[in-house]
Amino acid sequence: MKRVITTTVINQSGVLNRVTGLLMKRQFNIESITVGHTEKTGISKMTFVVHVEDQRKLEQLLKQLQKQIDVLKVNDITDKAIVTRELALIKVLSPPGVRSEITSIIEPFRATVIDMSKNVITVQVTGDPEKIEAFIDLLRPYGIKELTRTGATAFVRENQKAPAQQLSIL
Amino acid sequence: MSVNVNVKQQDAQKIGGELPKAKLQGSDVFIQSLQNEGVDMIFGYPGGAVLPLYDALYKNPIPHILARHEQGAIHAAEGYARVSGKTGVVIATSGPGATNLVTGIADAMMDSLPLVIFTGQVASAVIGTDAFQEADIVGITQPITKHNYQVKNVEDLPRIIHEAFHIASTGRPGPVLVDIPKNISNDVFPTAEIKVTELNLPGYQPTTSPNFLQIQKVGQALQRSQKPLILAGAGVLHGKASKELVEFIEKTGVPVTNTLLGLGTIPGDHPQFLGMAGMHGTYSANMAICEADLLINIGARFDDRLTGNLEHFAPNATVVHIDIDPAEIGKNVDTAIPIVGDAKEAIQSLLKLEIQKLSIDSWTASLAKMKSDYPLNYSNVSKKLLPQEVIELVHRHTNGDAIVTTDVGQHQMWAAQFYRFNHPDNWVTSGGLGTMGFGFPAAIGAQIAKPNETVVAFTGDGGFQMTLQELSLLQESQLPVKVIILNNQCLGMVRQWQQTFYDERYSESLLPSQPDFVKLAEAYDIEGYKVENYEDADELFKKVFASNKPALIDCRVEQMENVYPMVAPGKGLHEMIGVKG
Repeated sequence: MKRVITTTVINQSGVLNRVTGLLMKRQFNIESITVGHTEKTGISKMTFVVHVEDQRKLEQLLKQLQKQIDVLKVNDITDKAIVTRELALIKVLSPPGVRSEITSIIEPFRATVIDMSKNVITVQVTGDPEKIEAFIDLLRPYGIKELTRTGATAFVRENQKAPAQQLSIL
Repeated sequence: MSVNVNVKQQDAQKIGGELPKAKLQGSDVFIQSLQNEGVDMIFGYPGGAVLPLYDALYKNPIPHILARHEQGAIHAAEGYARVSGKTGVVIATSGPGATNLVTGIADAMMDSLPLVIFTGQVASAVIGTDAFQEADIVGITQPITKHNYQVKNVEDLPRIIHEAFHIASTGRPGPVLVDIPKNISNDVFPTAEIKVTELNLPGYQPTTSPNFLQIQKVGQALQRSQKPLILAGAGVLHGKASKELVEFIEKTGVPVTNTLLGLGTIPGDHPQFLGMAGMHGTYSANMAICEADLLINIGARFDDRLTGNLEHFAPNATVVHIDIDPAEIGKNVDTAIPIVGDAKEAIQSLLKLEIQKLSIDSWTASLAKMKSDYPLNYSNVSKKLLPQEVIELVHRHTNGDAIVTTDVGQHQMWAAQFYRFNHPDNWVTSGGLGTMGFGFPAAIGAQIAKPNETVVAFTGDGGFQMTLQELSLLQESQLPVKVIILNNQCLGMVRQWQQTFYDERYSESLLPSQPDFVKLAEAYDIEGYKVENYEDADELFKKVFASNKPALIDCRVEQMENVYPMVAPGKGLHEMIGVKG
């Protein structure tokens, strides 16, 4: 199962290495990982999207992360009301003949063209990962030359509808 | 390790030479910080990157044991830590000095031993340039330390050392490594005095007090249980809770089994003790796990060598797991009542419950019958000396009071089975990592920690040859360690598995050509003996254990002897082989 996990960490050198090393050691498969500063100096936030086999593995992952000295907080936010955003840059082949067709795809996705050459345009799109998937699928037939994605970063919404079930960290 | 003279170092020395005396250098701060932590023994080996630290140690001494290999130093520190309960301190230089520690660090991590390891590092300016004797020891040891640091500024040194000792010794103990670049040791500390900093570790707050509601649930489960069993692991020893454990089981009448590392939590001859459980555990202990309806695990981590095939582990039991490390709970075995906390506090809370002696007589009677019907045993067919006989003889001549260390393998299992400990913290063995060459240096550390106790290192002929260079220390430091080699001229456990599972194809496991261990002992100026039969061994042990000198005894034992009973890998505890009535 796919889980979205956020951790708050002390921004020491090597902390990213420590966390990814831990995931590797315990054989967890990371789909994406993003890291950045938070509103507090010296504190960073990481957002992972990981695949875990079952509930026990998930619990292990959360506990092992929590055990790290530089990790302050671990949350599995998958089942909460969350906002998730990811950014992708896509270079797509767009000879003049199909360019307007491509533009008509870009518009409803509220993506933007950020670079253009004779036969290639570079598009930037942000949104939740599913939206980005859908966008890429639509562009694929035209020929994607290059693609890069930042991985997802996420927040829990201020208003939660119902108390979501969350694994307790003992 | 050879000495590195590079430009950086000469610069540093130049600056160092111009210092006014009152100013502290990083190396002085290092020594003072160790003194502040109450360090009274260091195990180490000098080299280029730690020259400033050793120079400061020369001027301001703390007792130091100069091992003959860094691996010997760290295993000695582990032995010291295990029997004393104090944090073991290790120093090694950069590069190969540091990498030679890796086995010991991993060993300490697996067996939760508190160590603080200081490694030298090349100067900050050349880190990352593949400088002479540079190794990324922080990267290398990240997965095998509880935490590790590289010091970036000399001002951080007192704080980091204070944190390192705190992290190593609290919660679930473990090794912490501090990597100190050479220039940091030479740098001038900004103030004339070191302030002991207050700890600020928001991400490290181990839970020691158990949740009382959970404890009450254990009480209710005990009242309901017909077949309760306690599994006591090393957490009970780390928590210094043996006394409380014995009090609790005597109050309630619950039988007890041990993990390998938990041996000693309860006296070996206690009537409620079933012996060790697991792959080479006793019949009664393993059957008790299979039949129990309530299994209370205190401070054990349900290691695969204990559980066997998890599908068949404790199939009838409600599992209670008390552990200071929440990550261990539910890792391998589903737990009905999880309790995070220190073993001592947990057992003290259990003692506060209104529980009287449980009415479980039929259960305890059936276990007692199993214990007497199927005891650990061996039979001497060949009339050669048997390894089990050696262990029992040593047990008799030391009254079960000795500190015993081992490597890994057959001799370890026989020692675990046949040396019944009277006291806690007398058993030093490499459990989780299973390190050959651990036992002998660990015995040196144990003897240093407990100079007046009898320390016996049981080793195999294979393992002993991995760290025998430390024989130098016995004479040099006047350590009366008794080294007992159970010499079967092979790597016994490897040979046993090849015999059992590989149709007797003894691939590279026989060691027919060996040094003359008696002469070897003499070369190191200690007494060496060789015995080949029971009577001679008996006679010799009488003499050796009466003496306060070190001795090395080469016991030539039956090669084909196997460790039984056994749960084959992948099998459940109920599928034991080699059980004899």
